[in-house]
Amino acid sequence: MEGVMAIAIGLLFAAAFYMMLRRSIVKLVMGLIILSNAANLVIFTVAGLTRGEPPFLDEATKTAAIGVADPLPQALILTAIVIAFGVLAFSVVLIHRAYQVVGTDDLDQMKDTDT
Amino acid sequence: MLVVLIAIVATACIAPLWTHRWQLPRSWLATMPAACFVLCLSWWPEVNAGAVILQSWAWMPSIGLSLSFFIDGLSLLFLLLITGIGTFIALYASSYLKNHTDEGRFLFWLFLFMASMLGLVASDNLLAMFVFWELTSITSYMLIGFHHESEKSRKLALQGLFITVGGGLLLMTGFIMLGSLAGTYELSEIVQLSITDQSPFVDAMLVFILIGAFTKSAQFPFHFWLPNAMAAPTPVSAFLHSATMVKAGVFLMARLHPTFAEQSLWSSAQLWAGAATMLLGAWMAYISTDLKKVLAYSTVMALGTLTLLLGIGTEYALIGFVSYLLAHSLYKASLFMLAGGIDHSTGTKDLARLQGLRVAMPITFVLTIVGALSLAGLPPLFGFIGKELLLEAGLGADLWVITTVVLAAALVAGVSLTLIVKPFLGSPVSLPKSPHEASPAMLAGPLVLLTLAVLFGLFPFLAQEGLVRTAVHAVAGFEMGVTLKLWHGVNTALVLSGLSLLAGALLMVLWVRSRPMAQLTLRWSERYGPESGYFRMMAGIVGFSAWQTRIIQNGRLGIYMIVLILATLTPVAWVLVESVGWPGWFATLNPTIYEWAMVALMLVSTAFAVITRSRFASIISLGALGFSVALIFVHFSAPDLGITQVLVETLTVLLLVLVLIRVPGFARFSSKAEVARDAAVALFAGFVLSWVVLAALSVQWAPSIAEYFVENSYELGKGRNIVNVILVDFRALDTLGEIFVLAIAALGVYSMLKLRGGSDRGET
Repeated sequence: MEGVMAIAIGLLFAAAFYMMLRRSIVKLVMGLIILSNAANLVIFTVAGLTRGEPPFLDEATKTAAIGVADPLPQALILTAIVIAFGVLAFSVVLIHRAYQVVGTDDLDQMKDTDT
Repeated sequence: MLVVLIAIVATACIAPLWTHRWQLPRSWLATMPAACFVLCLSWWPEVNAGAVILQSWAWMPSIGLSLSFFIDGLSLLFLLLITGIGTFIALYASSYLKNHTDEGRFLFWLFLFMASMLGLVASDNLLAMFVFWELTSITSYMLIGFHHESEKSRKLALQGLFITVGGGLLLMTGFIMLGSLAGTYELSEIVQLSITDQSPFVDAMLVFILIGAFTKSAQFPFHFWLPNAMAAPTPVSAFLHSATMVKAGVFLMARLHPTFAEQSLWSSAQLWAGAATMLLGAWMAYISTDLKKVLAYSTVMALGTLTLLLGIGTEYALIGFVSYLLAHSLYKASLFMLAGGIDHSTGTKDLARLQGLRVAMPITFVLTIVGALSLAGLPPLFGFIGKELLLEAGLGADLWVITTVVLAAALVAGVSLTLIVKPFLGSPVSLPKSPHEASPAMLAGPLVLLTLAVLFGLFPFLAQEGLVRTAVHAVAGFEMGVTLKLWHGVNTALVLSGLSLLAGALLMVLWVRSRPMAQLTLRWSERYGPESGYFRMMAGIVGFSAWQTRIIQNGRLGIYMIVLILATLTPVAWVLVESVGWPGWFATLNPTIYEWAMVALMLVSTAFAVITRSRFASIISLGALGFSVALIFVHFSAPDLGITQVLVETLTVLLLVLVLIRVPGFARFSSKAEVARDAAVALFAGFVLSWVVLAALSVQWAPSIAEYFVENSYELGKGRNIVNVILVDFRALDTLGEIFVLAIAALGVYSMLKLRGGSDRGET
């Protein structure tokens, strides 16, 4: 499964970079979204995949089952998801604003600071 | 020594206030260098008795940098010259620049230069010396470019800076090599050593140090910046570019002479560069007509002579070196000050126009005679003794050396006689300003310095015992008998001297008639000389940077991204290929049908988002991508991640729909070739990153630190959901930081949305 995930992640990255290389600024933002998903999956996969053993403690014994999933990468990814959303919200509003001011969404037209 | 430096720097700092705010007499500022002169003089008895004064203050002990001073005969000679001539220069400047609006700035840099120069000659530590060395370059730059409103002045100042600082860079390399070779950065210890071993390392070090010294002392082929530095006001030319700064390179070579005297590369390079510079300087001095340029080229000639004498390196040569140095400092600074006076009072410094000034400027006339005769090397002036020793040393070397020496001497004699005859004799002509005698403050310097030149010439014993003997000792590295005499009897040197003077007189007579030819040569050398190489190099640098900016900084985000991606991932790929290798298929779990389906959903939605031309479809498929990632999280034991992902993904889709709906649909911007290029880059990057993931999976990792969180989650955090406990308890500070990030992003979003209806619409 990890091998499959590795290939899938590579394809996600390829899609993200390809989108970010487009001249449309909207596609750039979409590439950013794919990129953050791909990056989260890298951490998730590299930390090891575990089926059906979420990192919870047993209610009665207060101990974890043997082979429980690693909680630390999950905590990291959780932070990453939220931050990525913050960045995304900011950049979406920014490009919207930029489009209003510059009047184009072609990145190659946005060369100057003089509009 | 520290007291001297602090005093001069303090003078520099108060100079602008002194002249502009307080309106006190400028000439009082000259008392400070005079006081320092007296202070330096107080070390004289000790140094003259053969002792060496060492003073040290720790500065940066971690890299072996200490502010230490080393005063022996050679440094004392320089200290006295700098403070002594500096006193008269300050006096001179007070009159020369009277009521100039930028007088304060000028004096500030002048005194700062004086402090750097004093630090340079007295430094014991190589690194500290280098710092002072660079400071002299920078202050010199500020002073050459004093008339900064003129473009020519700025350009020439920059030229001087580039050449001296470029040489300084090599010098620093040479110093560091020397420091590591000698095992110490203290000059007082280095001069005790004699480095005799031959190796490419030593050769490179010598070349670096020599280039540093040659650029500073305007040796061929770096000589051209010095005459150009004459764009500076005359006090600067007299002080920096004849008496002190340009001697820094010569000083350095003399300082290191005991250490490197055995190196044939060291002395032969000095011999050749010195001879070439000497002859070229003399020739250029003869064919120039601008009074200051004539003097500047004769300074180039003198610097070449000093280098040549060090290159010869015999006892005669070293005595000649010190005497010539002293003589040159005395008469050249005076001649510059006199030339400045002529320029000041007549409004021109064109030697071809000046005529008949002897009536209007009698004192300047007399002083110029003395100075020029000292330059020509006529008895009974000190310059004569310097020249006799030079010829004597030249006779001890090869035939070509003495030939060059005599040729240069003849040319300089011609120049100096012209300096007397051309501007002063003949009938008065009309000049831009009606000439008048220079003010006493401007004549004081030449008067005292030239009196010394006469005094030292008539009673050479004074100079010998006072300064020359200990300085020669320092240059040679051992004690030797020094006897300076005005009259040596009739010998070969005297005959050659007489011959050169005769030739000089002939050249003087030919001076006016040789002008057309001289102009031709000047133009030729401008076109093909080393200076044109400098300009071509500068143009090349500018052209190159324009070219690379056009290619690399072309303003296209796509190109920047490609460069970034390739620059980051190509080295990664290289490491993977070189040292990691293909890790093989890694799978601890066999994928089930559901898992295949989840991955397939993820990839298909991504592919659709990429290829669709509809914005809506694209946004929706991105949502599908996010939800399938959430499914993967949930399936592989991360329910919290799944929940968060679902929430965030919902918000993302809403946000995109709301905002991007106002931006027009996708247009087709890129050509097919660009699409292919981008796709290739993207696929390469994806492939490398897949490989990275596989490689990371196959390495043996360190034991997971998750153990700790699992065990202590309930104990310390009182929670059963370990991920939550980590976020809000173990790593609570990280979460706090995250909240701040979100808050800042929210602020940014809010303010940008608010701006929408605001007044800056008008700007678009």
